[in-house]
Amino acid sequence: MAPLAKSIDARLIKRFPAGRDSEAFELNVHFRAGPEVTVLSGPSGAGKTLLLNCLAGFARPDEGRILVNDELLFDAAAHIHLSPQQRRCGYIFQDHALFPHMTVRDNLLFAASAAPAGKGPALNRRRRVQELLAAFELADLAARKPAHLSGGQKQRAALARILVSEPRLLLLDEPTRGLDVRLRRAFYDVLRETHRRLEIPIVLVTHDLDESLELADCVYLLDRGRVLQSGSKDTVFARPETLEIARSLGIYNLLPATIAALDPGRHTSRLRVLDQEIEGPYLPGHLIGDSGFLCVRQSEMRVRPPVARSSGNQLVLRLTGASSSCRGVRVVFEHDVAAFVSESDFEQQLRGHERLALEIPPSAIYFIA
Amino acid sequence: MPVDWFPLWLSLRVACLATSFVLTVGTFIAYLLSHKSFRGKNLLDSLITLPLVLPPTVLGYYLLVLVGRASPLGQVYESVFHQPLVFTWQAAVVAAFLHSAPIYIKAARAILESVDYRYEWAAHSLGASEWRTFWRVTLPLARRGLSSLATLSFARSLGDFGVTIMVAGNIPGRTQTLSVAIYDAVESGNGRLARILVLVVSCTALALLWPAAHVSPPPERLPRTSRSSAAV
Repeated sequence: MAPLAKSIDARLIKRFPAGRDSEAFELNVHFRAGPEVTVLSGPSGAGKTLLLNCLAGFARPDEGRILVNDELLFDAAAHIHLSPQQRRCGYIFQDHALFPHMTVRDNLLFAASAAPAGKGPALNRRRRVQELLAAFELADLAARKPAHLSGGQKQRAALARILVSEPRLLLLDEPTRGLDVRLRRAFYDVLRETHRRLEIPIVLVTHDLDESLELADCVYLLDRGRVLQSGSKDTVFARPETLEIARSLGIYNLLPATIAALDPGRHTSRLRVLDQEIEGPYLPGHLIGDSGFLCVRQSEMRVRPPVARSSGNQLVLRLTGASSSCRGVRVVFEHDVAAFVSESDFEQQLRGHERLALEIPPSAIYFIA
Repeated sequence: MPVDWFPLWLSLRVACLATSFVLTVGTFIAYLLSHKSFRGKNLLDSLITLPLVLPPTVLGYYLLVLVGRASPLGQVYESVFHQPLVFTWQAAVVAAFLHSAPIYIKAARAILESVDYRYEWAAHSLGASEWRTFWRVTLPLARRGLSSLATLSFARSLGDFGVTIMVAGNIPGRTQTLSVAIYDAVESGNGRLARILVLVVSCTALALLWPAAHVSPPPERLPRTSRSSAAV
C-alpha cells in the first residue's frame, strides 16, 4: 500500500439563511492542512467550530468537497457524504463529552470496540486500553466516573479515549477552555507528544493567541465565515496582511507612517512616523511617499529613558499610563502604543519620565499600506 | 360471597404485555421523532396525538373496524393465531396499548431529545454505529426518565375502560378486566365488590407510582449550548 499523504483539503460552503432571531451566515473556506498542527483562530461566530463540524461529518456543507489522505469524505456534486462513523475523525469537544454513566475504563473500552481493530479478541482491546490508561497517567483513576475527575484528568481521559479509536486526524474544539495555566502547559506537552508519535493532522480551534503561538505550525485566521489569512505561524503573526487583521490580533503596535526614503542597495528604508524618522527594512513594492501603518510586535519594543543623542533606532513617545500585568509592567503611550518592561526596569529607570524612547530593531518593522 | 380475583390477574397480565409493547414500539417511534427528519414526521406526530383527544368509544369503533373479523388485518391475525382478535383478552392488550402509547411516545421523545447531542456525536466520531450509540449511550442516559415513564404507562394500561369494553367486551372470566369489572359490579348493584375492586386499583396504582418518585439523582450534565449556536 502506498504511504498515505497525510493531509486535509476542504473546499466548502455552508449557508444558514436569515432566521427570525439570527442573521444569514455563510461559511466559505478553502482549508488545507498537512500532517502538522493547524490552528483555526478568530472571534466567536467566525465559523471555526462549524468548519470543524463539517470536517467531522456532523454538519453537511451545501457545496464543495472534503478530502482527507486522498479519500473523499464529502463531495456535494457526487452526493458523497460519509457519516461521522466512517470518517473516524477524533473529535475532542469543549467539555470533553466523556460518557457520564461509564467509568474512565469503560469510556475507553467503548472506543476500543468501535475502532477498526476492535473486532479482535476482547483481551487485545483490554490490553490496548490498559496501555493508554498507563500512558496518560489514568491507571489509578480507571474505575472512576468522569464526574469524579479534575479538569486536567478529564482532558487526558478524553484524549486517551480518542486515541483508542485510531483516528486519522484529530479535531479539537477549544480543548483548554476553563483550564488554568499549569494544566494548559501540561496539555500542550501531551498534545505535542501525541502528535510526534502519531504524525496525524491536528486541527485545533482556539481564540487564545498564546495557544496558537504555542502549538501551531500553521494558522488560519477566520472571521465571519471567511479565511482572512493563512500560512505558517511565523508568516501570519509576523506579517498580518491587512490593518484589520493586525488590529484584531491585538499584539501589534500600529502607527501611521509615510515612506521617506528607500535604499535597495543597503536594503533599508526610512519611515516618517509622528514627525520622527526611523529605519526599517527595505519595502519592495512600495514607493517613496506611500503612507500606511508601521506595525511592530509589542514584544519587539525596548523601552528606554530618553537620551538626547541616541544611536539606536527609536521613537520618542508620550507616556499615558502604566499598569501591572503578569508579563511585567504594561506601559501605554499615545496612539495606543503598548510595551512590556520588567518591574525593576520600570522602577529604576523609567518611572517619572513624561516621554520615553521606544527602541525598535529595523528587522522587526513591518509596513502595512 | 367470595371475591373473584380473575379481573385483577387479567388486568396485570394485560398491562404487562401492553407496557412491553409500548416500551419497544414506543421507544422506537420516539427515537425516530427525536433524532430523524423524514417526510410525514408531523403527520406521524399528529396521528400519535389523536388517541389522546378522541373519545374512547370512537377509538374503540375504529379498532373494531380495523381488526374486526371481516377486516383484512383481522383475517391475517385469524390465519396466524387461529382465533379472532376481537372480544378476546388479547384485544384488551391492544386497547391498553392504544391507551398508554401516545403519552409514552410524546414524553419519551422529549426525554430522548434532552440527551446531550454531544455524547452521541462523540460516540459517532469514535466509530460507534447508530445502533450501538443508542444502546450504550442514548438509552442509558435517558434510562431514568424512561423508566419512570414506563411505570406511568403501566398504570395507564391498567386503567383503560372505554376502548377495552368496545373491542374486548365484558365476558366474566375471559375478557373482564378490573375497570370493566368495577363498572359491572356497580351496574349490577354489587356495592361490596365494587368497593373492594376500587380499593385494589387505587392501592396498585399508588404502589407503582410511589417508588417511581424515588429514583437515583440525575447524571452529570454538560453545560447547555443549543444545537444551533454550537454549529456556528
